[in-house]
Amino acid sequence: MIRDITIGQYYPADSVIHRLDPRTKLAGTLIFIVSVFLFHTLPGYAVATVFLAAVIKISKIPVKFIFKGLKAIFLILLITMVFNMLLTPGEELWGFGIFHITREGVSMAVRMAIRLIYLVVGSSLMTLTTTPNQLTDGMEKSLRPLNRIHVPVHEIAMMMSIALRFIPILLEETDKIMKAQIARGADFESGNLIQKVKNMVPLLVPLFISAFRRANDLAMAMEARCYHGGSHRTQMKPLQYKRRDRLAYMALFLYFAVAVAFRAAGI
Amino acid sequence: MGIIKTVKLGFDYFKYDEDGNVQETQRAVDNVNIDIPEGEFVAVLGHNGSGKSTLAKHINALLLPTEGTVWIDGMDTLKEPELWKIRQKAGMVFQNPDNQIIGTVVEEDVGFGPENMGVPTEDIWKRVDESLQKTGMTSYRHHSPNKLSGGQKQRVAIAGVMAMRPKCIVLDEPTAMLDPNGRKEVLEAVHQLNRQEKVTVVLITHYMEEVIHADHVYVMDESHVVMEGTPKEIFSQVDVLKKYRLDVPQVTLLAYELKKSGVDLPDGILTTEELVNVLC
Repeated sequence: MIRDITIGQYYPADSVIHRLDPRTKLAGTLIFIVSVFLFHTLPGYAVATVFLAAVIKISKIPVKFIFKGLKAIFLILLITMVFNMLLTPGEELWGFGIFHITREGVSMAVRMAIRLIYLVVGSSLMTLTTTPNQLTDGMEKSLRPLNRIHVPVHEIAMMMSIALRFIPILLEETDKIMKAQIARGADFESGNLIQKVKNMVPLLVPLFISAFRRANDLAMAMEARCYHGGSHRTQMKPLQYKRRDRLAYMALFLYFAVAVAFRAAGI
Repeated sequence: MGIIKTVKLGFDYFKYDEDGNVQETQRAVDNVNIDIPEGEFVAVLGHNGSGKSTLAKHINALLLPTEGTVWIDGMDTLKEPELWKIRQKAGMVFQNPDNQIIGTVVEEDVGFGPENMGVPTEDIWKRVDESLQKTGMTSYRHHSPNKLSGGQKQRVAIAGVMAMRPKCIVLDEPTAMLDPNGRKEVLEAVHQLNRQEKVTVVLITHYMEEVIHADHVYVMDESHVVMEGTPKEIFSQVDVLKKYRLDVPQVTLLAYELKKSGVDLPDGILTTEELVNVLC
């Protein structure tokens, strides 16, 4: 089940988008998200579509792969659309009992659907082209000003990257414990929901104990390798803006200017 | 004075009750005096709970003595305000390979130590290249550590320590969780570092076979150092070792039994070739 979700996955390929600085991609995603909410007419969405399609094309990620990620939000999408259609007051198109579908409702539902889909596609495009480590590096560097108001930016980034490193290890461990408990007669399949949750206890307790033990070991190993927080620390792969990042920023600002202009002109 | 020296080292583990009062103390090491010259390969043997891991953690200043003194390269671990200076001199490799790798890519993990020390970026790359090459892991540099075997993971951990350019490495049962092949692989890497880079090695273990090629052996039992000497001297005392619940290498045991039943053999035979040469 966990393997089906493409949001947050990395898709290795050799493209300009992959090589961009993670900060550029973070800023780009943010600008794209804002623009999706600035546009509210068909020509506007056409601009956003062209932009998104161009980025997907350059990123060399198969379109099919990106749309697989939409499966996860299909239900949310359906519910928002139905509610928007039924509950927006306005000119009635079709009515049945207490249900009324209105013209305003339909247009609202379509707009919501487009926004949701573009949000998911836009942000999954970022995670698909950026390794988790680059992502945390980028966040660490772009959030560094917060250090001045005593937000432990480096420590938070370090925690995130360690968490990412341990996900596969803990998954493997869960699998192992599950098999061991099944061999001892544990049942994870049958029963109703409450019973199933209760049955998880013999899985979760050992998992937690081992996770704490790992954390303890890891803390000691980090200390043994001179880790003492973010101060006086240098980086092996410091982030540096290249020419392609400047070009990307220019394209982004152009796109954002169009979005703002559209909004101002009321198109 | 050698690179690692302890005088009357003692350490207590405290057990606290719910109010934070000391409930009981447990002596983990007691009156340990060791002096390890630079460039030596030293092994510390001992049964579970003999205090050997506690001793190892003192060399890296992860634990500070309750009694006595530890000097690492002339620095007193109790008096040094910047403990990472000691930790840089004395690197440490732990038992579980998964729980000591921080990076998500091999080369990033090797660079973690130098990053913490504040080494400039270019230098970090140089050090990473060097230590990957020394441990023979260069071809895996872009791999994820999760996809490596146990022996390879331990070699990455060793490379990570080497990148800090330490004067000595402490290995706390580095092979306990590995299969025989991985064990061989890791030990070969460690021996090579000792020979070629002249790094002082302290190997904590309970596998007798790993001790044979050491320069000096300490045996610990119930928080004390109970035996000390060259492997030959140690393994010639089969009876004493058995008292400390330690096994001797198979060949040594065979020679010992042969001698007991009347064959004329010298003491402390450690390898098969040696026994063959003496017998034929």
